[in-house]
Amino acid sequence: MDISLSHVEYRYQAKTPFERIAIQDVSIDIPSGTYMALIGHTGSGKSTVLQHLNALLQPTKGIVKIGDREIKSRQKNKSLKPVRQKVGIVFQFPEHQLFEETVEKDIIFGPMNFGVSEEEARKRARLALKHVGLGEEILTKSPFDLSGGQMRRVAIAGVLAMEPEVIVLDEPTAGLDPRGRKEIMDMFYSLHKERGLSTILVTHSMEDAARYADQIVIMQQGMVIKKGTPEEIFSDPIDLMKMGLDVPEVVRFQLMLEEKIGTHLGQIYLSIEELSMAVASLVSGGVRS
Amino acid sequence: MKKNPIVSLDHVSFQYEGHEQYALNNVTFDIYEGEWLAIVGHNGSGKSTMAKLLNGLQFPQQGEITVCGIPLNETSIWDIRRRIGMVFQNPDNQFVGTTVEDDVAFGLENYGVPREEMVQRVQDSLHKVKMDQLLHQEPHHLSGGQKQRVAIAGVMALRPSIIILDEATSMLDPRGRAEVLDSIRTLKSEKSLTVISITHDLEEAAKADRIIVMNKGKVFQEGTPDVIFAMDEQLIQLGLDIPFSVKMAKALGKQGIKLSKYYLSEEELVTELWTYRSHM
Repeated sequence: MDISLSHVEYRYQAKTPFERIAIQDVSIDIPSGTYMALIGHTGSGKSTVLQHLNALLQPTKGIVKIGDREIKSRQKNKSLKPVRQKVGIVFQFPEHQLFEETVEKDIIFGPMNFGVSEEEARKRARLALKHVGLGEEILTKSPFDLSGGQMRRVAIAGVLAMEPEVIVLDEPTAGLDPRGRKEIMDMFYSLHKERGLSTILVTHSMEDAARYADQIVIMQQGMVIKKGTPEEIFSDPIDLMKMGLDVPEVVRFQLMLEEKIGTHLGQIYLSIEELSMAVASLVSGGVRS
Repeated sequence: MKKNPIVSLDHVSFQYEGHEQYALNNVTFDIYEGEWLAIVGHNGSGKSTMAKLLNGLQFPQQGEITVCGIPLNETSIWDIRRRIGMVFQNPDNQFVGTTVEDDVAFGLENYGVPREEMVQRVQDSLHKVKMDQLLHQEPHHLSGGQKQRVAIAGVMALRPSIIILDEATSMLDPRGRAEVLDSIRTLKSEKSLTVISITHDLEEAAKADRIIVMNKGKVFQEGTPDVIFAMDEQLIQLGLDIPFSVKMAKALGKQGIKLSKYYLSEEELVTELWTYRSHM
Protein backbone atom coordinates (compact mmCIF):
# COMPACT_ATOMS: atom_id res chain seq x y z
CA MET A 1 0.00 0.00 0.00
CA ASP A 2 1.39 3.37 -1.03
CA ILE A 3 1.37 6.29 1.34
CA SER A 4 2.11 9.87 0.42
CA LEU A 5 2.10 13.19 2.16
CA SER A 6 1.96 16.25 -0.04
CA HIS A 7 2.56 19.72 1.36
CA VAL A 8 1.21 18.68 4.71
CA GLU A 9 0.95 21.18 7.52
CA TYR A 10 -0.27 20.50 11.02
CA ARG A 11 -1.06 23.11 13.67
CA TYR A 12 -1.74 22.06 17.20
CA GLN A 13 -4.67 23.86 18.82
CA ALA A 14 -5.35 25.84 15.67
CA LYS A 15 -7.21 29.13 16.08
CA THR A 16 -6.46 29.40 19.77
CA PRO A 17 -3.84 31.53 21.51
CA PHE A 18 -1.83 28.30 21.95
CA GLU A 19 -1.61 27.63 18.23
CA ARG A 20 1.71 26.11 17.22
CA ILE A 21 2.90 24.80 13.87
CA ALA A 22 4.28 21.30 14.33
CA ILE A 23 5.05 20.49 10.70
CA GLN A 24 4.83 22.47 7.49
CA ASP A 25 5.11 21.77 3.79
CA VAL A 26 6.03 18.14 4.40
CA SER A 27 6.05 16.01 1.26
CA ILE A 28 7.09 12.38 1.56
CA ASP A 29 6.41 9.41 -0.75
CA ILE A 30 6.38 5.95 0.69
CA PRO A 31 5.72 3.49 -2.15
CA SER A 32 4.69 -0.02 -1.13
CA GLY A 33 7.66 -2.09 0.02
CA THR A 34 9.84 0.86 1.06
CA TYR A 35 11.93 0.75 4.22
CA MET A 36 12.12 4.38 5.24
CA ALA A 37 13.95 5.87 8.18
CA LEU A 38 12.62 9.12 9.60
CA ILE A 39 15.26 10.98 11.52
CA GLY A 40 15.30 14.13 13.58
CA HIS A 41 15.85 15.50 17.05
CA THR A 42 13.26 15.51 19.75
CA GLY A 43 10.78 18.19 18.72
CA SER A 44 11.62 18.06 15.00
CA GLY A 45 8.09 17.01 14.09
CA LYS A 46 8.70 13.36 13.33
CA SER A 47 6.10 12.13 15.81
CA THR A 48 3.55 14.45 14.24
CA VAL A 49 4.35 13.01 10.81
CA LEU A 50 4.02 9.52 12.25
CA GLN A 51 0.51 10.23 13.48
CA HIS A 52 -0.57 11.25 9.99
CA LEU A 53 0.46 7.89 8.59
CA ASN A 54 -2.67 6.20 9.87
CA ALA A 55 -4.89 9.24 10.15
CA LEU A 56 -4.60 9.72 13.89
CA LEU A 57 -4.13 13.36 12.95
CA GLN A 58 -5.79 15.16 10.10
CA PRO A 59 -3.60 17.71 8.30
CA THR A 60 -4.52 21.38 8.66
CA LYS A 61 -3.21 21.86 5.09
CA GLY A 62 -2.18 19.49 2.32
CA ILE A 63 -3.18 15.94 1.51
CA VAL A 64 -2.30 12.58 3.02
CA LYS A 65 -2.96 9.57 0.80
CA ILE A 66 -3.08 6.18 2.47
CA GLY A 67 -3.74 3.54 -0.18
CA ASP A 68 -6.77 4.91 -2.03
CA ARG A 69 -7.97 7.03 0.90
CA GLU A 70 -7.38 10.75 0.87
CA ILE A 71 -7.21 12.61 4.16
CA LYS A 72 -7.56 16.37 3.85
CA SER A 73 -8.27 19.21 6.19
CA ARG A 74 -11.82 20.30 6.93
CA GLN A 75 -13.42 17.08 5.83
CA LYS A 76 -15.23 14.52 7.93
CA ASN A 77 -13.36 11.27 7.91
CA LYS A 78 -15.70 8.37 8.35
CA SER A 79 -14.73 4.75 8.90
CA LEU A 80 -11.01 5.05 9.31
CA LYS A 81 -10.89 1.55 10.74
CA PRO A 82 -9.65 -0.14 7.55
CA VAL A 83 -6.83 2.40 7.32
CA ARG A 84 -5.79 1.80 10.90
CA GLN A 85 -5.86 -1.95 10.43
CA LYS A 86 -3.53 -1.72 7.46
CA VAL A 87 -1.11 0.69 9.11
CA GLY A 88 0.14 -0.68 12.40
CA ILE A 89 2.02 1.67 14.70
CA VAL A 90 4.42 0.43 17.34
CA PHE A 91 4.65 3.45 19.62
CA GLN A 92 7.63 4.27 21.79
CA PHE A 93 7.71 2.11 24.91
CA PRO A 94 4.70 0.12 23.67
CA GLU A 95 4.79 -2.01 26.82
CA HIS A 96 3.18 0.93 28.64
CA GLN A 97 0.03 0.16 26.67
CA LEU A 98 -0.36 -3.43 27.82
CA PHE A 99 -3.52 -3.73 29.88
CA GLU A 100 -5.14 -7.16 29.71
CA GLU A 101 -5.05 -9.96 32.28
CA THR A 102 -3.14 -12.36 30.08
CA VAL A 103 -0.71 -12.07 27.21
CA GLU A 104 -3.13 -13.87 24.90
CA LYS A 105 -6.02 -11.50 25.66
CA ASP A 106 -3.73 -8.56 25.10
CA ILE A 107 -2.54 -9.76 21.71
CA ILE A 108 -5.98 -10.75 20.38
CA PHE A 109 -7.57 -7.46 21.48
CA GLY A 110 -6.37 -5.58 18.39
CA PRO A 111 -7.38 -8.08 15.71
CA MET A 112 -10.75 -8.77 17.38
CA ASN A 113 -11.38 -5.06 17.55
CA PHE A 114 -11.04 -5.08 13.76
CA GLY A 115 -13.60 -7.88 13.43
CA VAL A 116 -11.34 -10.93 13.28
CA SER A 117 -12.92 -14.04 14.85
CA GLU A 118 -11.59 -15.14 18.21
CA GLU A 119 -10.34 -18.43 16.80
CA GLU A 120 -8.42 -16.68 14.02
CA ALA A 121 -7.10 -14.08 16.44
CA ARG A 122 -5.73 -16.80 18.73
CA LYS A 123 -4.02 -18.42 15.77
CA ARG A 124 -2.47 -15.10 14.86
CA ALA A 125 -1.37 -14.52 18.45
CA ARG A 126 0.65 -17.74 18.39
CA LEU A 127 2.26 -16.86 15.10
CA ALA A 128 3.04 -13.32 16.24
CA LEU A 129 4.66 -14.62 19.43
CA LYS A 130 6.86 -16.88 17.34
CA HIS A 131 7.95 -13.90 15.25
CA VAL A 132 8.97 -11.90 18.30
CA GLY A 133 10.85 -14.87 19.71
CA LEU A 134 8.59 -15.85 22.62
CA GLY A 135 7.17 -19.28 23.44
CA GLU A 136 3.47 -20.18 23.70
CA GLU A 137 3.79 -20.91 27.41
CA ILE A 138 3.73 -17.17 27.94
CA LEU A 139 0.15 -16.85 26.59
CA THR A 140 -1.53 -17.51 29.92
CA LYS A 141 0.77 -15.29 31.96
CA SER A 142 -0.03 -11.79 33.07
CA PRO A 143 1.89 -9.31 30.93
CA PHE A 144 2.86 -7.52 34.13
CA ASP A 145 4.82 -10.52 35.41
CA LEU A 146 7.17 -10.39 32.44
CA SER A 147 10.55 -8.72 32.13
CA GLY A 148 10.77 -5.37 30.35
CA GLY A 149 12.17 -6.96 27.20
CA GLN A 150 9.42 -9.60 27.12
CA MET A 151 6.73 -6.97 27.63
CA ARG A 152 8.11 -5.03 24.69
CA ARG A 153 7.89 -8.15 22.53
CA VAL A 154 4.33 -8.92 23.59
CA ALA A 155 3.28 -5.36 22.72
CA ILE A 156 4.90 -5.72 19.30
CA ALA A 157 3.16 -9.08 18.80
CA GLY A 158 -0.15 -7.28 19.38
CA VAL A 159 0.56 -5.02 16.41
CA LEU A 160 1.81 -7.89 14.21
CA ALA A 161 -1.36 -9.89 14.95
CA MET A 162 -3.36 -7.22 13.12
CA GLU A 163 -1.38 -8.23 10.02
CA PRO A 164 -0.75 -4.69 8.82
CA GLU A 165 0.62 -3.92 5.36
CA VAL A 166 2.53 -0.94 6.66
CA ILE A 167 4.34 -0.95 9.93
CA VAL A 168 5.46 2.22 11.67
CA LEU A 169 8.09 1.87 14.38
CA ASP A 170 8.75 4.70 16.80
CA GLU A 171 12.14 4.03 18.42
CA PRO A 172 11.26 0.35 18.83
CA THR A 173 14.46 -0.61 20.63
CA ALA A 174 14.85 2.28 23.11
CA GLY A 175 16.02 0.96 26.47
CA LEU A 176 16.82 -2.57 25.25
CA ASP A 177 20.22 -4.18 25.64
CA PRO A 178 22.39 -4.68 22.53
CA ARG A 179 21.24 -8.25 21.92
CA GLY A 180 17.57 -7.37 22.32
CA ARG A 181 18.04 -4.39 20.04
CA LYS A 182 19.60 -6.46 17.29
CA GLU A 183 17.01 -9.25 17.58
CA ILE A 184 14.09 -6.83 17.30
CA MET A 185 15.61 -4.88 14.39
CA ASP A 186 16.47 -8.08 12.52
CA MET A 187 12.98 -9.43 13.13
CA PHE A 188 11.35 -6.34 11.64
CA TYR A 189 13.73 -6.47 8.71
CA SER A 190 12.92 -10.09 7.89
CA LEU A 191 9.17 -9.43 8.22
CA HIS A 192 9.65 -6.46 5.92
CA LYS A 193 11.29 -8.70 3.32
CA GLU A 194 9.13 -11.81 3.72
CA ARG A 195 5.78 -10.07 3.69
CA GLY A 196 6.68 -7.22 1.40
CA LEU A 197 5.66 -4.70 4.05
CA SER A 198 6.34 -1.02 3.99
CA THR A 199 8.33 -0.11 7.06
CA ILE A 200 8.76 3.36 8.51
CA LEU A 201 11.34 3.55 11.26
CA VAL A 202 11.44 6.64 13.43
CA THR A 203 14.86 6.64 15.02
CA HIS A 204 17.76 8.59 16.48
CA SER A 205 20.15 5.88 15.40
CA MET A 206 22.06 6.78 12.27
CA GLU A 207 23.53 3.27 12.49
CA ASP A 208 20.12 1.64 12.08
CA ALA A 209 19.10 4.09 9.37
CA ALA A 210 22.25 3.34 7.38
CA ARG A 211 21.93 -0.42 7.91
CA TYR A 212 18.27 -1.08 7.22
CA ALA A 213 16.65 1.75 5.32
CA ASP A 214 16.55 2.27 1.58
CA GLN A 215 15.24 5.81 2.01
CA ILE A 216 16.07 8.33 4.70
CA VAL A 217 14.09 11.46 5.51
CA ILE A 218 15.58 14.01 7.88
CA MET A 219 13.39 16.49 9.69
CA GLN A 220 14.26 19.65 11.53
CA GLN A 221 11.97 22.27 13.03
CA GLY A 222 8.89 20.76 11.44
CA MET A 223 10.28 20.56 7.92
CA VAL A 224 11.92 17.96 5.74
CA ILE A 225 15.46 19.17 5.23
CA LYS A 226 16.95 16.20 3.42
CA LYS A 227 15.81 13.00 1.78
CA GLY A 228 17.50 10.31 -0.23
CA THR A 229 19.22 6.93 -0.06
CA PRO A 230 21.69 6.34 2.81
CA GLU A 231 24.55 6.83 0.33
CA GLU A 232 23.15 10.18 -0.76
CA ILE A 233 22.36 11.33 2.77
CA PHE A 234 25.74 10.48 4.24
CA SER A 235 27.79 11.61 1.24
CA ASP A 236 28.07 15.03 2.88
CA PRO A 237 28.56 14.25 6.57
CA ILE A 238 29.96 17.68 7.43
CA ASP A 239 26.71 19.25 6.31
CA LEU A 240 24.73 16.92 8.57
CA MET A 241 26.96 17.68 11.52
CA LYS A 242 26.57 21.42 10.91
CA MET A 243 22.85 20.89 11.27
CA GLY A 244 23.47 19.33 14.66
CA LEU A 245 22.77 15.80 13.46
CA ASP A 246 24.79 12.70 14.08
CA VAL A 247 26.43 10.57 11.44
CA PRO A 248 27.08 6.83 11.73
CA GLU A 249 30.09 5.90 13.87
CA VAL A 250 31.96 4.57 10.88
CA VAL A 251 31.55 7.89 9.05
CA ARG A 252 32.56 9.88 12.11
CA PHE A 253 35.66 7.74 12.43
CA GLN A 254 36.56 8.23 8.80
CA LEU A 255 36.32 12.02 9.21
CA MET A 256 38.46 11.91 12.33
CA LEU A 257 41.11 9.90 10.54
CA GLU A 258 41.06 12.05 7.42
CA GLU A 259 41.59 15.13 9.52
CA LYS A 260 44.51 13.63 11.39
CA ILE A 261 46.20 12.28 8.29
CA GLY A 262 45.33 15.25 6.15
CA THR A 263 44.09 13.21 3.20
CA HIS A 264 40.64 12.35 1.92
CA LEU A 265 39.67 8.82 1.05
CA GLY A 266 37.65 10.03 -1.91
CA GLN A 267 34.30 8.68 -0.78
CA ILE A 268 32.30 8.03 2.37
CA TYR A 269 32.15 4.42 3.50
CA LEU A 270 29.10 3.12 5.37
CA SER A 271 30.45 -0.23 6.54
CA ILE A 272 33.40 -1.09 8.75
CA GLU A 273 34.67 -3.66 6.24
CA GLU A 274 34.77 -1.23 3.33
CA LEU A 275 36.35 1.49 5.41
CA SER A 276 38.99 -0.87 6.82
CA MET A 277 40.02 -1.85 3.28
CA ALA A 278 40.32 1.74 2.18
CA VAL A 279 42.23 2.70 5.32
CA ALA A 280 44.57 -0.29 5.06
CA SER A 281 45.46 0.60 1.52
CA LEU A 282 45.97 4.24 2.48
CA VAL A 283 48.22 3.69 5.49
CA SER A 284 50.29 0.94 3.90
CA GLY A 285 50.96 3.27 1.01
CA GLY A 286 49.07 1.16 -1.50
CA VAL A 287 47.41 2.69 -4.50
CA ARG A 288 43.68 2.97 -4.25
CA SER A 289 41.56 2.05 -7.19
CA MET B 1 47.43 5.37 44.23
CA LYS B 2 46.11 3.70 47.34
CA LYS B 3 42.71 2.23 46.84
CA ASN B 4 40.19 2.59 49.62
CA PRO B 5 37.07 0.50 49.27
CA ILE B 6 34.06 2.78 49.71
CA VAL B 7 31.53 0.02 49.03
CA SER B 8 32.09 -3.68 49.71
CA LEU B 9 29.87 -6.58 48.77
CA ASP B 10 30.67 -9.73 50.70
CA HIS B 11 29.05 -12.95 49.44
CA VAL B 12 25.80 -11.20 48.65
CA SER B 13 22.81 -13.19 47.39
CA PHE B 14 19.33 -12.00 46.60
CA GLN B 15 16.22 -13.72 45.32
CA TYR B 16 12.91 -12.03 44.41
CA GLU B 17 9.84 -13.48 46.02
CA GLY B 18 8.29 -16.24 43.95
CA HIS B 19 11.35 -16.60 41.72
CA GLU B 20 13.35 -19.80 41.66
CA GLN B 21 16.59 -18.30 40.46
CA TYR B 22 18.77 -15.96 42.39
CA ALA B 23 18.89 -12.46 40.94
CA LEU B 24 22.28 -12.13 42.59
CA ASN B 25 24.23 -15.20 43.49
CA ASN B 26 27.13 -15.00 45.92
CA VAL B 27 28.56 -11.73 44.67
CA THR B 28 31.74 -10.32 46.18
CA PHE B 29 33.60 -7.20 45.07
CA ASP B 30 34.80 -3.79 46.20
CA ILE B 31 34.17 -0.35 44.77
CA TYR B 32 36.99 2.12 45.38
CA GLU B 33 36.76 5.70 46.46
CA GLY B 34 36.88 8.13 43.55
CA GLU B 35 36.62 5.57 40.77
CA TRP B 36 34.17 5.40 37.91
CA LEU B 37 32.89 1.86 37.86
CA ALA B 38 30.64 0.57 35.10
CA ILE B 39 28.51 -2.46 35.83
CA VAL B 40 27.39 -4.00 32.56
CA GLY B 41 25.21 -6.95 31.66
CA HIS B 42 22.20 -7.78 29.49
CA ASN B 43 18.63 -7.19 30.69
CA GLY B 44 18.04 -9.59 33.57
CA SER B 45 21.71 -10.17 34.43
CA GLY B 46 21.23 -8.80 37.94
CA LYS B 47 22.77 -5.38 37.48
CA SER B 48 19.70 -3.38 38.44
CA THR B 49 19.10 -5.59 41.47
CA MET B 50 22.58 -4.60 42.53
CA ALA B 51 21.61 -0.93 42.38
CA LYS B 52 18.57 -1.60 44.56
CA LEU B 53 20.67 -3.41 47.14
CA LEU B 54 23.33 -0.71 47.28
CA ASN B 55 20.74 1.86 48.16
CA GLY B 56 18.79 -0.34 50.55
CA LEU B 57 15.68 -0.52 48.39
CA GLN B 58 16.03 -4.28 48.89
CA PHE B 59 18.08 -6.21 51.41
CA PRO B 60 20.22 -9.25 50.59
CA GLN B 61 19.10 -12.60 51.99
CA GLN B 62 22.71 -13.59 52.46
CA GLY B 63 25.96 -11.72 52.75
CA GLU B 64 26.79 -8.20 53.77
CA ILE B 65 27.12 -4.82 52.10
CA THR B 66 29.28 -2.10 53.65
CA VAL B 67 29.06 1.51 52.52
CA CYS B 68 31.61 4.07 53.79
CA GLY B 69 32.53 1.60 56.51
CA ILE B 70 28.95 1.20 57.74
CA PRO B 71 27.21 -2.18 57.39
CA LEU B 72 24.00 -1.63 55.44
CA ASN B 73 20.90 -2.65 57.38
CA GLU B 74 17.50 -1.30 58.25
CA THR B 75 18.82 1.04 60.92
CA SER B 76 21.79 2.41 58.98
CA ILE B 77 19.88 2.84 55.74
CA TRP B 78 18.84 6.47 56.26
CA ASP B 79 22.40 7.43 56.96
CA ILE B 80 23.62 5.50 53.94
CA ARG B 81 21.06 7.00 51.58
CA ARG B 82 22.50 10.43 52.40
CA ARG B 83 25.80 9.19 51.03
CA ILE B 84 24.49 7.50 47.90
CA GLY B 85 22.58 9.44 45.28
CA MET B 86 20.67 7.57 42.65
CA VAL B 87 19.52 8.52 39.16
CA PHE B 88 17.04 6.18 37.52
CA GLN B 89 16.27 5.27 33.93
CA ASN B 90 13.07 7.12 33.16
CA PRO B 91 13.41 10.93 33.11
CA ASP B 92 9.66 11.37 33.57
CA ASN B 93 9.37 9.23 36.68
CA GLN B 94 11.76 11.20 38.83
CA PHE B 95 10.75 14.79 38.25
CA VAL B 96 8.79 15.74 41.37
CA GLY B 97 8.94 19.55 41.35
CA THR B 98 6.82 21.89 39.23
CA THR B 99 9.90 23.77 38.04
CA VAL B 100 13.58 22.94 37.62
CA GLU B 101 14.66 24.75 40.79
CA ASP B 102 11.82 23.28 42.86
CA ASP B 103 12.80 19.84 41.73
CA VAL B 104 16.38 20.28 42.88
CA ALA B 105 15.24 21.86 46.15
CA PHE B 106 12.96 18.94 46.96
CA GLY B 107 15.62 16.70 48.46
CA LEU B 108 17.19 19.58 50.38
CA GLU B 109 13.84 20.52 51.88
CA ASN B 110 13.37 16.94 52.99
CA TYR B 111 16.65 17.10 54.84
CA GLY B 112 15.78 20.44 56.42
CA VAL B 113 18.62 22.41 54.87
CA PRO B 114 18.30 26.13 55.82
CA ARG B 115 16.82 28.27 53.08
CA GLU B 116 19.85 30.42 52.32
CA GLU B 117 22.10 27.45 51.96
CA MET B 118 19.45 25.70 49.93
CA VAL B 119 19.25 28.53 47.37
CA GLN B 120 23.01 28.43 47.05
CA ARG B 121 23.19 24.67 46.62
CA VAL B 122 20.38 24.64 44.04
CA GLN B 123 22.21 27.29 42.03
CA ASP B 124 25.55 25.53 42.29
CA SER B 125 24.40 22.12 41.30
CA LEU B 126 22.30 23.39 38.41
CA HIS B 127 25.26 25.41 37.22
CA LYS B 128 27.41 22.28 37.15
CA VAL B 129 24.98 20.43 34.90
CA LYS B 130 24.51 23.58 32.76
CA MET B 131 20.85 23.95 33.63
CA ASP B 132 21.07 27.21 35.59
CA GLN B 133 19.55 29.17 32.70
CA LEU B 134 16.34 27.20 33.03
CA LEU B 135 15.53 27.58 36.74
CA HIS B 136 11.84 28.30 36.23
CA GLN B 137 11.15 25.90 33.39
CA GLU B 138 8.41 23.36 33.82
CA PRO B 139 9.32 19.72 33.20
CA HIS B 140 7.19 19.30 30.07
CA HIS B 141 9.30 21.95 28.33
CA LEU B 142 12.48 19.97 28.90
CA SER B 143 14.07 17.27 26.79
CA GLY B 144 14.86 13.90 28.31
CA GLY B 145 18.53 14.78 28.60
CA GLN B 146 17.70 18.03 30.37
CA LYS B 147 15.40 16.24 32.82
CA GLN B 148 18.10 13.71 33.61
CA ARG B 149 20.57 16.51 34.24
CA VAL B 150 18.09 18.10 36.65
CA ALA B 151 17.82 14.72 38.37
CA ILE B 152 21.60 14.62 38.67
CA ALA B 153 21.64 18.15 40.06
CA GLY B 154 19.00 17.13 42.60
CA VAL B 155 21.20 14.28 43.72
CA MET B 156 24.40 16.33 43.75
CA ALA B 157 22.80 19.10 45.82
CA LEU B 158 22.67 16.57 48.66
CA ARG B 159 26.46 16.17 48.37
CA PRO B 160 26.67 12.41 48.25
CA SER B 161 29.99 10.53 48.19
CA ILE B 162 28.63 8.07 45.65
CA ILE B 163 26.30 8.47 42.70
CA ILE B 164 24.60 5.48 41.07
CA LEU B 165 23.32 5.87 37.52
CA ASP B 166 20.87 3.06 36.89
CA GLU B 167 20.67 3.03 33.08
CA ALA B 168 20.27 6.78 33.37
CA THR B 169 21.03 7.38 29.70
CA SER B 170 19.25 4.45 28.08
CA MET B 171 16.04 6.33 27.29
CA LEU B 172 17.78 9.38 25.85
CA ASP B 173 18.65 10.34 22.31
CA PRO B 174 22.36 10.53 21.40
CA ARG B 175 22.54 14.24 22.17
CA GLY B 176 20.85 13.80 25.56
CA ARG B 177 23.18 10.93 26.37
CA ALA B 178 26.25 13.00 25.58
CA GLU B 179 24.95 15.90 27.70
CA VAL B 180 24.39 13.67 30.71
CA LEU B 181 27.77 11.95 30.44
CA ASP B 182 29.51 15.31 30.07
CA SER B 183 27.83 16.50 33.26
CA ILE B 184 28.97 13.42 35.14
CA ARG B 185 32.50 13.82 33.86
CA THR B 186 32.59 17.45 35.01
CA LEU B 187 31.32 16.55 38.47
CA LYS B 188 33.81 13.75 38.78
CA SER B 189 36.75 15.90 37.86
CA GLU B 190 35.84 18.51 40.46
CA LYS B 191 35.60 16.34 43.52
CA SER B 192 36.31 12.86 44.76
CA LEU B 193 32.96 11.51 43.73
CA THR B 194 32.57 7.77 43.20
CA VAL B 195 30.45 6.97 40.14
CA ILE B 196 28.74 3.63 39.67
CA SER B 197 27.14 3.47 36.28
CA ILE B 198 24.87 0.56 35.52
CA THR B 199 24.53 0.32 31.79
CA HIS B 200 24.45 -1.87 28.73
CA ASP B 201 26.04 0.81 26.61
CA LEU B 202 29.59 -0.36 26.03
CA GLU B 203 30.67 2.99 24.59
CA GLU B 204 29.68 4.52 27.90
CA ALA B 205 31.43 1.77 29.85
CA ALA B 206 34.58 2.32 27.79
CA LYS B 207 35.01 5.67 29.54
CA ALA B 208 34.95 4.12 33.03
CA ASP B 209 38.05 3.31 35.07
CA ARG B 210 36.90 -0.22 35.64
CA ILE B 211 34.16 -2.51 34.37
CA ILE B 212 32.31 -5.38 36.01
CA VAL B 213 30.45 -7.73 33.68
CA MET B 214 27.42 -9.42 35.23
CA ASN B 215 25.81 -12.57 33.93
CA LYS B 216 23.10 -14.72 35.51
CA GLY B 217 23.44 -12.96 38.85
CA LYS B 218 27.19 -13.46 39.11
CA VAL B 219 30.27 -11.39 38.43
CA PHE B 220 31.44 -12.84 35.14
CA GLN B 221 34.54 -10.72 34.64
CA GLU B 222 36.12 -7.65 36.20
CA GLY B 223 38.85 -5.36 34.92
CA THR B 224 39.88 -2.22 33.08
CA PRO B 225 38.24 -1.53 29.69
CA ASP B 226 41.34 -3.09 28.03
CA VAL B 227 40.78 -6.37 29.84
CA ILE B 228 37.02 -6.42 29.32
CA PHE B 229 37.06 -5.60 25.62
CA ALA B 230 39.65 -8.31 25.02
CA MET B 231 36.79 -10.71 25.83
CA ASP B 232 35.67 -9.95 22.29
CA GLU B 233 33.03 -12.38 20.98
CA GLN B 234 32.31 -13.52 24.50
CA LEU B 235 30.73 -10.13 25.17
CA ILE B 236 28.34 -10.65 22.28
CA GLN B 237 27.44 -14.09 23.60
CA LEU B 238 26.62 -12.39 26.89
CA GLY B 239 24.10 -10.18 25.09
CA LEU B 240 26.41 -7.19 25.00
CA ASP B 241 28.37 -5.62 22.20
CA ILE B 242 31.92 -4.52 21.50
CA PRO B 243 32.81 -0.86 21.10
CA PHE B 244 33.15 0.60 17.64
CA SER B 245 36.91 1.18 17.92
CA VAL B 246 37.46 -2.52 18.67
CA LYS B 247 35.37 -3.58 15.69
CA MET B 248 37.32 -1.19 13.51
CA ALA B 249 40.67 -2.43 14.87
CA LYS B 250 39.64 -6.03 14.19
CA ALA B 251 38.62 -5.24 10.62
CA LEU B 252 41.96 -3.47 10.12
CA GLY B 253 43.73 -6.53 11.55
CA LYS B 254 42.12 -8.64 8.82
CA GLN B 255 43.62 -6.23 6.30
CA GLY B 256 47.06 -6.86 7.77
CA ILE B 257 47.38 -3.73 9.89
CA LYS B 258 49.13 -4.60 13.15
CA LEU B 259 48.21 -2.45 16.13
CA SER B 260 50.01 -2.10 19.45
CA LYS B 261 47.24 -3.50 21.63
CA TYR B 262 43.79 -4.94 21.53
CA TYR B 263 41.75 -2.08 22.95
CA LEU B 264 42.38 1.41 21.68
CA SER B 265 39.98 4.30 22.02
CA GLU B 266 38.97 5.93 18.75
CA GLU B 267 41.48 8.73 19.31
CA GLU B 268 44.26 6.25 20.03
CA LEU B 269 43.38 4.22 16.98
CA VAL B 270 43.51 7.28 14.75
CA THR B 271 46.89 8.22 16.20
CA GLU B 272 48.29 4.73 15.61
CA LEU B 273 47.09 4.72 12.04
CA TRP B 274 48.71 8.09 11.52
CA THR B 275 52.01 6.80 12.95
CA TYR B 276 51.71 3.63 10.89
CA ARG B 277 51.39 5.66 7.74
CA SER B 278 54.28 8.00 8.48
CA HIS B 279 56.56 4.99 9.03
CA MET B 280 55.78 3.49 5.67
